[in-house]
Amino acid sequence: MTVWAEHAMPHLVAVPVLLPLLTAAAMLLLGGKRRSQAVLGGVSCIGGLLVGMALLRWVDASGATGAVAVYLPGNWSVPFGIVLAADRLSALMLVVTAILAVAAVTFAAARWDRAGVHFHTLFQIQLMGLNGAFLTADLFNLFVFFEVTLAASYGLLLHGSGPRRARAGLHYIAMNLLASSFFLVGVAMLYGVTGTLNMADMARKLPSIPAEDVGLLHAGASILGIAFLIKAAAWPLNFWLTRAYAAAGAPVAALFAVLTKVGVYSLLRIWTLMLRPQDKLDTPFAGEVLTLVGLATLALSAVGILTAQQPRRLAAFCIVISAGTLLAATGFSSAALLGGALYYLVASTLAAGALFLVAELIERSREAHDRLETLRDDEADFAPTYVVADVPRSPEQVEDEAPVGRVIAGPMAFLGLCFAGCALLVAGLPPMPGFLAKFAMLDPLMQLSGAVPATAWTMLVLLIVSGLLSTLAFSRAGVRFFWAPSGRPLPRLRIIETAPIAGLLLLMVALTVFAEPVLRFSRSAASSLLDPAPYIQAIMSAVPKSR
Amino acid sequence: MEALLSIVIGVLAACGVWLVLRPRTFQVLVGLSLLGYAVNLFIFAMGSLSTGAEPIVRPGVPANLLHYTDPLPQSLVLTAIVIGFATTALFLVVLLALRGLAGTDHVDGKEDDP
Repeated sequence: MTVWAEHAMPHLVAVPVLLPLLTAAAMLLLGGKRRSQAVLGGVSCIGGLLVGMALLRWVDASGATGAVAVYLPGNWSVPFGIVLAADRLSALMLVVTAILAVAAVTFAAARWDRAGVHFHTLFQIQLMGLNGAFLTADLFNLFVFFEVTLAASYGLLLHGSGPRRARAGLHYIAMNLLASSFFLVGVAMLYGVTGTLNMADMARKLPSIPAEDVGLLHAGASILGIAFLIKAAAWPLNFWLTRAYAAAGAPVAALFAVLTKVGVYSLLRIWTLMLRPQDKLDTPFAGEVLTLVGLATLALSAVGILTAQQPRRLAAFCIVISAGTLLAATGFSSAALLGGALYYLVASTLAAGALFLVAELIERSREAHDRLETLRDDEADFAPTYVVADVPRSPEQVEDEAPVGRVIAGPMAFLGLCFAGCALLVAGLPPMPGFLAKFAMLDPLMQLSGAVPATAWTMLVLLIVSGLLSTLAFSRAGVRFFWAPSGRPLPRLRIIETAPIAGLLLLMVALTVFAEPVLRFSRSAASSLLDPAPYIQAIMSAVPKSR
Repeated sequence: MEALLSIVIGVLAACGVWLVLRPRTFQVLVGLSLLGYAVNLFIFAMGSLSTGAEPIVRPGVPANLLHYTDPLPQSLVLTAIVIGFATTALFLVVLLALRGLAGTDHVDGKEDDP
């Protein structure tokens, strides 16, 4: 068994990319059979989750701080061929993505996948892009996987159609095409300076760069950084986010919660691998810029969340808050703080995903009642929660469109409980893991404050204030949705739609109960990020298999 | 040749930026395409400019950029062109969808208030 596992494990690194790709291809062959597509998608997502967890265990079990699983897809030697590498951070991101994917695909199977064509196919392709971006060790490959993710996300964002979605989608695509141009320019400049695209090889070559090229290198890295900051929703490049995410369908938005984290992940990877350690190339201002951008994002989104009237917009602002916190924490380059931030990443991403799903159910129950009332300007700005394209349908299709699954009892109590759970999570109140995550960041910040007092204290204050402001926003929204209305018909919630939400929230409780092993893992992920030498060594020493 | 290429890239990028900032969706589309061309030429230029050089190593000639051209940026450009073409086509579809749904070609889906 162990021998077999030893042989099979290296190939497991490629599975998170191949599995969704093959699933998507199989779905196209299935044609329009939505039910079987949904089942196939669900099975594939669960398979992805299992593979992610196996990789996580494997990377963690091999002990050393820089444990990396390296896979050479083309069997070329390292600086020439493409490399896939899974370290602790990659494995963690794979698992978070897979958990959200399982929840979203289950939720979508109830009715969302019927709002347009090819939902499940696009969903799988998006998963492939996300997983690939987390696994690749090659800068240009990162660009390709980014584009795969984005191309699928354009389709998913427009899923369900309607003028609001089309408008939000247009802005979103224009923004991302611009970001891609920045990405390409940055990659080209880094290639021009170092002559390689492999991130580990690039990091290795940086110290030997002639002094006259250092300026070019800094310029390239900054332009690349701008591309990542746009995707990570950092202020002032994040105005596209709330509208696009609020216009997306609920399961799509839930998966989009990971999309901004790809930007954060790439920044973290490139930042720790290339820009931080070299004394000669040390960009003294870059860490502070990252922190300041993160703090500005955090501060402005904490104020912004107070303006959110819709639950979906509330959720979108939660994503920006989480991005700001992570960026600010990255800039400090402290292993303890980064470890806490990675734990926060897991908690906040899953929380935002759950919140988008809850928001959809809340709005659907409100909409059924309020449809005839005049909507306010702010609300009229919204895409309807669920629309089926108005096309002639066969009787078989009409039957197919009845929502799937049983109805649960006590729908308002369930919704209220879930909303409160999400609120506790985002605001960072016990017993949800948001509290532990913030605590795990505040504690190192206090100890750090001797060295960089101003920014560390600002972050400390902002973390607490943003928690307070989101508590305010959530309690106001809660009063408005659950207490104020009377005489409204009870919504009919189906098990297939409520189970993913309940599952995510129970997982959150588990994250609190088992906080210690998760925090230990995230801290060792952070310390191996900040000491990239073993990662570089592992990639550079990978040898192709001889036949 | 360096000067000519830099001017071409600069003009393309400037036109692209100006068009991207225009309020009509089609102008934005053309602007994004022009920016894409500028970026592709830029990647090309990063592999060092040479005329008539080939990317295949011959025996007896030292393998450096003085004697050869770098094949990698060319393959990168090829990938970037394909991806850029596909996403621009996608943008065009959304543009048409918005035109149909909103009845105007303004990027915000409604005309500015006079």
